[in-house]
Amino acid sequence: MAELARGGRRDAAEVEIRVDGREVRVPAGATLLDAIRAAGGDVPTLCYHETLEPIGACRICVVELEGSRTLVPACQRRAEPGTLVRTDTERVQTSRRMVAELLQSSADTSLAPDVERYGRAYGSRPERWRPLLDGAQEVEAPTPARVDNDLYVRDLDRCILCYRCVEACGEQVQNTFAIGVAGRGYGARIDAGFELPLPESACVYCGNCVAVCPTEALVFRGEYEMRRAGTWDEARQHVTTTTCPYCGVGCPIELHVQDNRIVKATAPVDDPTTHGYLCIKGRFGWAYVHAGLETGAGQEPDRPAAAGASPD
Amino acid sequence: MSPLAPMPGRGLEPGPLEKAPDPEPQELAALEGVWGALAPQERRGRRDLLLPALRALQASRGWISYSALAAVCRELTMPLAEAYGVASFYELLATEPRPRRMIHLCDDVACTLKGAGMLAGRLQALLGHPEQGEGPLGWSLSPCLGQCERGPAALVGDRVWVGLTPEGLEDAVGAWMAGEEARAHAGGVGTHLGSLGEGTPLLLRRCGRVDPGSLEAYVEHGGYRGLRRALQLGPEATLAEVEASGLVGRGGAAFPTARKWASAAREPAPRYVVCNADESEPGSFKDRVLMEQDPFAVLEGLTLAALAVGAERGFIYVRGEYPESHRSLLRAAEQARAAGFLGERILESGFSFDVELRQGAGAYVCGEETALFNSIEGLRGEPRARPPYPAQVGLFGRPTVINNVETLAAVPAILERGGGWYASLGSGRSRGTKLLSVSGHVVRAGVYEVAFGTPLRTILEDLAGGVPGGGAVQAVLCGGAAGTFLGPDQLDTPLSLEALQAVGGTVGSGSLVVLDETVDLWAVVERIARFFRDESCGQCVPCRVGTQRQLEVVSAVRRAGGPVDDQALAMLNDLAQVMRDASICGLGQLAPNAVQSSLRLLGRSGGDERG
Ligand SMILES: Cc1cc2nc3c(=O)[nH]c(=O)nc-3n(C[C@H](O)[C@H](O)[C@H](O)COP(=O)(O)O)c2cc1C
Ligand code: SF4
Ligand code: SF4
Ligand code: SF4
Ligand code: FES
Ligand code: FES
Repeated sequence: MAELARGGRRDAAEVEIRVDGREVRVPAGATLLDAIRAAGGDVPTLCYHETLEPIGACRICVVELEGSRTLVPACQRRAEPGTLVRTDTERVQTSRRMVAELLQSSADTSLAPDVERYGRAYGSRPERWRPLLDGAQEVEAPTPARVDNDLYVRDLDRCILCYRCVEACGEQVQNTFAIGVAGRGYGARIDAGFELPLPESACVYCGNCVAVCPTEALVFRGEYEMRRAGTWDEARQHVTTTTCPYCGVGCPIELHVQDNRIVKATAPVDDPTTHGYLCIKGRFGWAYVHAGLETGAGQEPDRPAAAGASPD
Repeated sequence: MSPLAPMPGRGLEPGPLEKAPDPEPQELAALEGVWGALAPQERRGRRDLLLPALRALQASRGWISYSALAAVCRELTMPLAEAYGVASFYELLATEPRPRRMIHLCDDVACTLKGAGMLAGRLQALLGHPEQGEGPLGWSLSPCLGQCERGPAALVGDRVWVGLTPEGLEDAVGAWMAGEEARAHAGGVGTHLGSLGEGTPLLLRRCGRVDPGSLEAYVEHGGYRGLRRALQLGPEATLAEVEASGLVGRGGAAFPTARKWASAAREPAPRYVVCNADESEPGSFKDRVLMEQDPFAVLEGLTLAALAVGAERGFIYVRGEYPESHRSLLRAAEQARAAGFLGERILESGFSFDVELRQGAGAYVCGEETALFNSIEGLRGEPRARPPYPAQVGLFGRPTVINNVETLAAVPAILERGGGWYASLGSGRSRGTKLLSVSGHVVRAGVYEVAFGTPLRTILEDLAGGVPGGGAVQAVLCGGAAGTFLGPDQLDTPLSLEALQAVGGTVGSGSLVVLDETVDLWAVVERIARFFRDESCGQCVPCRVGTQRQLEVVSAVRRAGGPVDDQALAMLNDLAQVMRDASICGLGQLAPNAVQSSLRLLGRSGGDERG
């Protein structure tokens, strides 16, 4: 039936749908998420990122769609004329609670504020899965964080496999394709191929994967070290927006400063040119500000740091 | 976008593809075999050659090295991380050194009933722990190999060993170690074929009787009459015959075949037709029997689909564990091409069509239609979001019709004898005849063709001979791992889509695995839960984590030796709900079925029965 439904598509400029009983009009091609927001509502999202095509992997945004056997992801499904959507039924709540609970049971989400927030909102109980492993043969050993370069760290026990970094590194933003998903099922993981260290991979250290990662599974080296040392304190940080001095593109940059030191560079996601993405120079090239003191990451002084420390 | 341009300088530094050492000569030779006559510039961008290349490398060295994969990436102009993502996705491919030859011993439900556990013990004694060792021969456990009626079975290279006994296995291993390519075929394990009811045998009418290796024999026994008639009728009338037949897909979802075809025919060319020969549902082997015993019927069916929807190219995706089916289809396609049944201007008509065979490499999920497209295209076998549906955006982004082997094999007879005649067999949505794969505790395991409406009990007793030694049925796993357990009280259910649905079951792929009263049902449930955990593609959270947690609950209950207590029940029900409601594809959506339906038999009520 659904196959035929598409046969009847109209190319109207606007689509009218009903969200929790309210009529909304959205431009053709809009997603259910767009429509729900236009109607003044919202749904939780995790893998969705406003600068990327919907990925549809986490399933926390699922809603009830009349006529559909299963729930559908609001971030991905397009609004069709006459669609009836319900965003807060018991079925929807159960799936959201379980998605949060399953993620919390399988990753260290302590630095993933959205996962934690949705878990609380929907009443997840991740601890109930823990005792199951007592006596089981297949206990998961923690994977140590991979610290193999000066610029960013991969702490994949925190990864919720949202695919954002893969999309940002690949076709949608960076076109470098340095990292991808390897393995399958519960063993699937982010990898550069044959578990290569990043310096041996195709990575160009734009840090755009880090910028989109919602869990700190990918984290800037400086922040990682400061967190380990217990000195990372966002309450003491302020953000200054400036312009990257390196090239004519002139990307806006947000410098995060703590105790008079730049500790991280991000970029505004709503900037129409860069969408929050930078290249290695804008992302890491601020270390010269503290030149003579130490590099941005401040590690392994005996090894020539990767390009970020001395941009040319 | 300029801000994202690679760093000046950085782009000139050698990347992982340039830095890789040269491949071994045997790896290069294997790749030459894949590139064939393609000039280097013709390989660029041909990502669909990735899986064939990976299979060739696996066969040549027993695993896929960094240097060989980098060489493939340079030829196909693709990134290493993506190629590795594909290579590490498949069960039959290794990305770390392991013995060149592996015995993949099936330990799925039917083979375990026949002593696969004991065979695993022998292999462990002979070869050490699975997946370890540096010797010429290693071993691992495998999900169902589609040989359930003649198991225990093992896949070894491009051979399948069936009817394994401990002695036969030991001999074969010994011969192998001595350098011989041994075959461990035990005698006397054939596949029983039989039929019952009006109109049968239809799909099986040539199987076991007509030489499957001879086009002449096929034509002599009615072959290609359907195509000749369709060429006279033209595409629209051909489609109308299929519509009149009421044929619905035999791959599991029972979608009306003609609706799918009509939908694709309305879309712009080029269009593709694909035969889904991935048959990886545990307990299912009927597609294998068709491909090996009547391969031309499958080709003719696919050709008819192409004619009806206006496609010039087709693909048959055969599961990697079916080397014999692949050889059989390859041989048939060559003969058909030579005789003008495939290729340019078929039988001197204006219609041209040809077909390409592709082999999988061990991934149940690649039977899901959109995962199958991704697999052919050289991407990870992850199902795609729908809509858009394959009829609009399918293989290589083009409108595509994909059908199961059995669905396609039914089409020549529909064209030959008319759709009305086919529809007169059966009733409701269940028209025509249906193949069943019957295995487990029955006297004659095999493939049986019945008219819809035949009671399950009749199939199990009259055709398959009932439980050996007069034992009683405890449960029948109906529809494979994605199906449901039926109890002895449900065996009078007639085989039809409607009747099985009414009792909370499904025809699914049409497999029946019979378990007698001696079987530890919860151990079977645990094997099925493990199957889904192992086979999830890992893309969506409900299935990736849910199948793991489901396995853990089932295993914990089994370890405790106890009944499913209220806490475990609540956890299983919560998992079932999120998997059914929120998974991307049928794998996750159906993964709780067997577990939930076993609860009824064990006297615990399962969650809600939607799904
Ligand atoms: C996990 C999964 C595995 C599947 N495996 C197969 C398969 O091996 N063979 C098959 O024909 N269909 C399989 N299907 C169903 C296909 O997606 C698709 O519905 C079918 O090929 C359509 O053909 P039909 O209409 O002729 O049945 C599978 C579906 C799922 C969700
Ligand atoms: S590393 Fe971060 S961005 Fe990448 S998949 Fe994991 S959680 Fe998502
Ligand atoms: S971030 Fe990179 S692209 Fe943007 S202005 Fe700076 S150097 Fe140029
Ligand atoms: S349901 Fe399972 S197999 Fe299907 S897309 Fe999700 S993770 Fe992959
Ligand atoms: S936010 Fe929609 S599926 Fe993840
Ligand atoms: S071949 Fe072993 S269970 Fe099917």
